[in-house]
Amino acid sequence: MNVPLWPLAGLFLAISVSAHAADAAAVYSKGGTNPAAMACATCHGAEGEGMAAAGFPRLAGLSANYMRKQLADFASGARANPIMQPIAAALSHEEADAVSTMLADKPQPQVERIDRTALVDGPGESLALSGAWDRNIPECVACHGPSGTGVGDAFPPLAGQSAQYLSSQLTAWRQGTRKNDPNDLMGQIARSLTEDEVTAVSTYFAGLTDKGAAK
Amino acid sequence: MKTHTTALLLMSLGFPVLADDIAMEDQSQILTGAGDPASSKYFQPPKESELPDNTYGQLVQQGRAIFVDTKTHAPDYVGNGLACANCHLEQGRKANSAPLWAAYTMYPAYRKKNDKVNSYAERLQGCFQFSMNGKAPEADGPVIAALSAYSYWLATGAPTGQELSGRAYPEVPQPEGGYDLAKGEQVYDAQCAVCHGPNGEGQKSGDLYVFPPLWGADSFNWGAGMHRINTAAAFIKENMPLGKGGTLPDEDAWNVAAFMNSHERPQDPRLIDGSVEKTRDKYHANDGVNLYGEIVNGKMLGKGI
Repeated sequence: MNVPLWPLAGLFLAISVSAHAADAAAVYSKGGTNPAAMACATCHGAEGEGMAAAGFPRLAGLSANYMRKQLADFASGARANPIMQPIAAALSHEEADAVSTMLADKPQPQVERIDRTALVDGPGESLALSGAWDRNIPECVACHGPSGTGVGDAFPPLAGQSAQYLSSQLTAWRQGTRKNDPNDLMGQIARSLTEDEVTAVSTYFAGLTDKGAAK
Repeated sequence: MKTHTTALLLMSLGFPVLADDIAMEDQSQILTGAGDPASSKYFQPPKESELPDNTYGQLVQQGRAIFVDTKTHAPDYVGNGLACANCHLEQGRKANSAPLWAAYTMYPAYRKKNDKVNSYAERLQGCFQFSMNGKAPEADGPVIAALSAYSYWLATGAPTGQELSGRAYPEVPQPEGGYDLAKGEQVYDAQCAVCHGPNGEGQKSGDLYVFPPLWGADSFNWGAGMHRINTAAAFIKENMPLGKGGTLPDEDAWNVAAFMNSHERPQDPRLIDGSVEKTRDKYHANDGVNLYGEIVNGKMLGKGI
């Protein structure tokens, strides 16, 4: 084949694509066109793995539609967060869409499948697999799936998130400072949890690995 | 266990929904009063931590595993995407959600559904044939043995042959003027679709359903008790949306139950001579409020899928 032509073809392709869609990788690593749209990688890590110690969540492998909704909710104020609100507001619709799509295609962490058939061990796992039905609290896996790996666009993965992030969100729902969940499904449950339960269940899901639950 | 079916049957028994003009099945003896499941007035099954670590305990655990993940642990007998625990919440423990501890101690019992005295094993078999749209596990086989052991264990200390409070899904009175499918669709779209999907198809994680399909080929068949609108309304009112049980107005529960059960689903395995009409006359005409064999939106329901 005519070797020299192929790189050119690629160049044309790249140009024509960028004319229609934002460059997701550039938005992620360098920021959006508006300088207020800071680079995602600054806090969410080079590969979208998050920054556990600071409570910045993992984004890699989450549902693209879930992330689009969160960005839209940050931009509109439906989800309150002093860091993310100005960034999301500064991202163009195309940039938010592209970066969500790119991140959704990245791999989720591999965790051993743990469902309701497992014997529970400890308060975090008990909530995760059995719930606390005396207070109308369903088991987490009933909606977030086995091992909390997430289901569809409305029930994000819990496995792979840090205990810091999970507990901060559950606490926000308990206190009513986060309320952008569908039909108050999470808020209703979180308000029935105790502080100790928030800590226990957050620690449980953060500790899931390909070898099962941390003991 | 009787899983879905049981629940369904139970429910159906107790629901004189349309006042006098509906003859209910053999659930007439079942209490349908509502109450707070956390209340001490309900029988309290043993805790999982109390399960003995021996051969008996292992059989009970096998039963629990079948109950919560039926397709994985009893694949030969399941013909859809459901699990027992989809209808019997809290792994068969929750009062007012057809708990196993309230069912186990009531058998053997006469059932109009098949016009004979049924053993508990036969009752469990019925669940598999109807609610699970599958086939009956052998009465002396490992699946029935495990599910019976799990039920027996949950009923530890319960009185035999005595109707326990919380056995059924508490009856919900039908709205005056009947149900409204269009309003039911609105409730479905607003409250149910986020989990069960825009077309009742459920949602999966990998190959297994997390949110059960509500109609279509992977749901319960036309012979399951949940196909009765009155039964489904009672279940929905008590348990849906998950974690928010008791919040839907009675009218919404009825309307959305009717909407769910106005869609096609697998055929009633009792189908007579291939005739929906004959099957309706024999099995559905006096079985609560249901749409089997009825015309909805110009199409007759009950042809199966």
